[in-house]
Amino acid sequence: MLRHVHWWLVAAALLLLLSCEREERSFRQTPASANVVNTIQVSQLHPGGQQIATPAVPNIYEENAYAVSEGKRLYENFNCVGCHAHGGGGIGPPLMDDEWIYGGEPANIFSTIMEGRPNGMPAWRGRIPENQGWQIVAYVRSMSGQVRTDVASGRSDHMQGKKPEANTPREQPTGITGAPAHQ
Amino acid sequence: MAIGEVPVVPPPSAMRHARLLSTWGEPPGFFGWFKKVHHTSIGTRFIVTAFIFFVLGGILAVLMRLQLARPENRFLGPDKYNQFFTVHGSTMIFLFAVPLMFQGFGTYLVPLIVGARNIAFPRLAAFSYYIYLFGCLFFWVGLLLNIGADRGWFAYVTLSGPDYSPGKRVDFWAQMITFTETSALATAVCLAATILRHRAPGMSLNRMPMILWEKLVLSFMVIFAMPAVMLSSSMLLLDRTVGTQFFNPAEGGDVLLYQHLFWFFGHPDVYIIFLPGTAIVTTLVTCFARRHIFGYAALVISTISVGFIGFGVWVHHMFATGLPQLGESFFTAATLMIVVPTAVQFFCWIATLWNGRVQFKFPMWWVAGFFFVFMIGGLSGLMLASVPVDTQVHDTFFVVAHFHYVLIGGAVFPMFGALYFWIPKMTGRMMNDHLGKWNFWLFFIGFNLTFFTMHFLGLRGMTRRVYTYLPEMNWGALNLLASAGGLLMAAGVLVFIVNFFWSRNNGRTAGADPWRAGSLEWAVPSPPPHYNFAELPTVNGREALWDAAPRQPVVIGVREDMRETLVTDTLDADPDHKMDSPEPSVWPFWTAVAVSVLFIGSVFSAKSVEYTSIPVAITIIAWYWPRWGESQRRKATEIWSE
Amino acid sequence: MRIARAAAYATLLIAAGCQSNHSMLRSSASRQAANIEWLYWFIFWISLVVFVLVISFFARGSARSQVDDEEMAPVLPQDEERDRGAKAGVAVAIGITVVTLFVVLALSVVTGKTTAGLTSQNPITIQVIGHQWWWEFRYPNPQADLTVSTANEVHLPVGKPIVVLTTSRDVIHSFWLPNVDGKRDLLPGYQSAFTFQVDKPGIYHGQCAEFCGEQHAHMGFEMVAEPMDEFQQWLQQQRKSATDPQDITTVRGREVFLTHACVLCHTVRGTDAGSKVGPDLTHLASRRMLAAATLSNAPGSLAGWITDPQRLKPGARMPANPLQPDDLQALVTYLRSLQ
Repeated sequence: MLRHVHWWLVAAALLLLLSCEREERSFRQTPASANVVNTIQVSQLHPGGQQIATPAVPNIYEENAYAVSEGKRLYENFNCVGCHAHGGGGIGPPLMDDEWIYGGEPANIFSTIMEGRPNGMPAWRGRIPENQGWQIVAYVRSMSGQVRTDVASGRSDHMQGKKPEANTPREQPTGITGAPAHQ
Repeated sequence: MAIGEVPVVPPPSAMRHARLLSTWGEPPGFFGWFKKVHHTSIGTRFIVTAFIFFVLGGILAVLMRLQLARPENRFLGPDKYNQFFTVHGSTMIFLFAVPLMFQGFGTYLVPLIVGARNIAFPRLAAFSYYIYLFGCLFFWVGLLLNIGADRGWFAYVTLSGPDYSPGKRVDFWAQMITFTETSALATAVCLAATILRHRAPGMSLNRMPMILWEKLVLSFMVIFAMPAVMLSSSMLLLDRTVGTQFFNPAEGGDVLLYQHLFWFFGHPDVYIIFLPGTAIVTTLVTCFARRHIFGYAALVISTISVGFIGFGVWVHHMFATGLPQLGESFFTAATLMIVVPTAVQFFCWIATLWNGRVQFKFPMWWVAGFFFVFMIGGLSGLMLASVPVDTQVHDTFFVVAHFHYVLIGGAVFPMFGALYFWIPKMTGRMMNDHLGKWNFWLFFIGFNLTFFTMHFLGLRGMTRRVYTYLPEMNWGALNLLASAGGLLMAAGVLVFIVNFFWSRNNGRTAGADPWRAGSLEWAVPSPPPHYNFAELPTVNGREALWDAAPRQPVVIGVREDMRETLVTDTLDADPDHKMDSPEPSVWPFWTAVAVSVLFIGSVFSAKSVEYTSIPVAITIIAWYWPRWGESQRRKATEIWSE
Repeated sequence: MRIARAAAYATLLIAAGCQSNHSMLRSSASRQAANIEWLYWFIFWISLVVFVLVISFFARGSARSQVDDEEMAPVLPQDEERDRGAKAGVAVAIGITVVTLFVVLALSVVTGKTTAGLTSQNPITIQVIGHQWWWEFRYPNPQADLTVSTANEVHLPVGKPIVVLTTSRDVIHSFWLPNVDGKRDLLPGYQSAFTFQVDKPGIYHGQCAEFCGEQHAHMGFEMVAEPMDEFQQWLQQQRKSATDPQDITTVRGREVFLTHACVLCHTVRGTDAGSKVGPDLTHLASRRMLAAATLSNAPGSLAGWITDPQRLKPGARMPANPLQPDDLQALVTYLRSLQ
């Protein structure tokens, strides 16, 4: 009888350790990110003619549903919608397609948001903390289907302009990185 | 035999016993466990599993009380606290109260009380248990993996919608409901069929013990109430996974629709939890007042009335939403109206005791506790029924106090009484009364300490579902008191567990009828053999054993070399025809596995249902596939005209 | 007798603590709350009498016929005669029950009508909009520039009917002032109106009473009830734009405000900051409390709140703002100048 009790306890303890990353709600976290940005290339050209794929830089927030949801909220609050609509673009380029002018890797997008880009993309560094920047990056990536279905947002509680991110088919990013996005 | 002496049914001969056991016995061993279809096996599993989840839910409650013991406490953060109170409430309602009171006691006791050898649709009953078990595991594994539901046990939209509840937590909650409601519906079908068509000859409707009436009413309540929550939880799931707009105000959806659908189920659900308590009290009062219950017809009509009126009061959970005043008044009237049948029940019980010969054996202590605790809950319910008072105390700790008084008073106290009463039947050993009294007092005092103080907290403005509170509010002292009470309650339950395990080895042998009670489950040995009755009984009055004639006839002609049962007429239980009862089968288990895979898969991918429905089809086909041996045997007994 | 006295003392002790600015008992600031409290006590005394009666009958019924044998006693035969008295008793009890319930129903409906039936003669209309986890209070005016929008502290004139239009921007919240009236849910997609009147000046605490997410526990608000002339004074002040900073620290503080994250979420009328995401801070220094009645509005708590809101309200929408000490000091000085 006691042996059975022990078995259940061990199983439960193991489960506790395997806590699901997707569901973590970290309210006070800033991921280590500053150094990473500097390793992202910003030009498509390589000497010697052969294209080299950019090393993939993971964004831990792309595994975390709360972070993607926060990114969506911030995308609305900071009026990214004003230029990019809900991914369809307008004044700014679309974000839900496969074309990435300045690169579609998480660190590329983070750099775009923080440093700004020519012809109209403001620089948000100093205005938003870095972890909020990464949350927005995760959400932007989900707009083209790069984020897993169980992590991306379901349908929004606003008027519907497009399919929910969770049901968006995955695009193959082109642009600077060229190679397909990391898994 | 002297007047008033209860007859003892003689045991069968060894040869008879062996023959019946070879026909009706349950398969042994590890693999045999998955094939069992006898109602005592399944009922025991329900009771044990539900009690384990009662304890787990209680542990969460103790942790919650530890967090609330002091203002601005840092023991649990908001996220963990939200998960704990949601899983606590959902566990208690969906994984403990209904499964234990309705499914556990029902599956175990009803076939014995009607005088049958097994429940109707035994494989469906087995399936009902497995799907319930998988639902429990699914939900709790979620909690352990940090996917614990965190939006309250009723998960109002839009908070539980996709925008404000990211991830899969609410999906796990919504799908847990699908598991448990499927299980409850299956049990309702089995019990209704058993009660309506498998009663012993002579047990006409007006001779049915109260428990059968209550389980019958409950089965129909389950059948009518569960679809509403299935709708609301499925619509929520669809909103979250597929992108429907049921509850999206911006696209024409309605947040109040969710509340109406949920509470149309939610209120009958609490009566589904309370009515078994009343039937248990009737049974215990009958037995320990040593007389037939006073006002049998009134009690039956009260039970049925509660079943009906219970469907007409749901808006009293929504009095603060700003619905039109006239409409709300109708629901006040209905809520007050439902007090009448409950009051009738109370008066009949008191009248029975008044004119009886009361032996205050230990199960009766829990009846006394029920009277005390449930009354307080019911009376605070009077305040909640009134719209103006409700707008003040709604969503405060006053309501928390109220529903704990009615649910714990109305279900948990009778449950303990029932356990002390029927565990001797289930295990063959009496429980220890001395330990039982420690159980009772610790639980009773702890309960009142915890929840009576909550009335004051609510009146002083403390809202519910808060993970902490400011020191300036002066709620600290009362909260500390409530937390202390919680620890006492936990100790009381622990004593019960100790008592149970002690009694299994050291309790006095119970014999068939230690309480000299009147209903048919006391006519079989303790624990009952897998054929239940050596001779299928007939019945001569409301209390089968007390009203038995000096030479009460038994049923003959039902085959004993194959599993055959007697089906009787609904009104008067006249024998109608004989029916086969299914042999043990592993297919209910595999079907439950396939259905669980379908349910769990649909949470993560709507498209997966296309593929996961195939194993379900296969297992159901295998379940119903006719067995060569059985159909040959049946053919051999039938008369074919050439 | 001793038990009765102890119970009376206990009741008094508990009742004494009932008086506060967030209790529904003994603290009523309005006729609605007083009517509701009257009905509550009426039902309470009925309940007490019913409880004592039923428990007494149960105890007496059990005791009068009690048998203490170890063995189970023989069963009593059925006897119509013996039960006749009980039949009469039960009938009387049911009759009393039904009559009592009718009385409670009637009183409940009547009380409901008095609380809902405030005639709106020249009412003050306010809008209450629920957010996660703060309150937006608007005083609408046909002239747009006279509309006031403030957060977490609502001022109301005493003795005038107040029409409250409620809605929510995200999830269901509930507006509750225990001293004043029952609660009303703020439902997204609905605009629901109710009326109340405050009769006694004072500061009353309100609380969100519908679970609305992580910081539901810290979503309180304050209602300041004051005489009409003081209320008009306050409203006039709230209509003004923010005063221009005068000294060097305050100027520096405004610069910090406008060059850091603050400007993305908060409005300070009279500056370039016009975002509607978070509470309006134009007159932050005129409020008693911060963070939805969680902190007192003092320099220390304000600085702590700005630096790390997540420590005090984990999950709140405001991010941490690690500022240089000088900048933080200047910012706090600026915010405290926003009277």
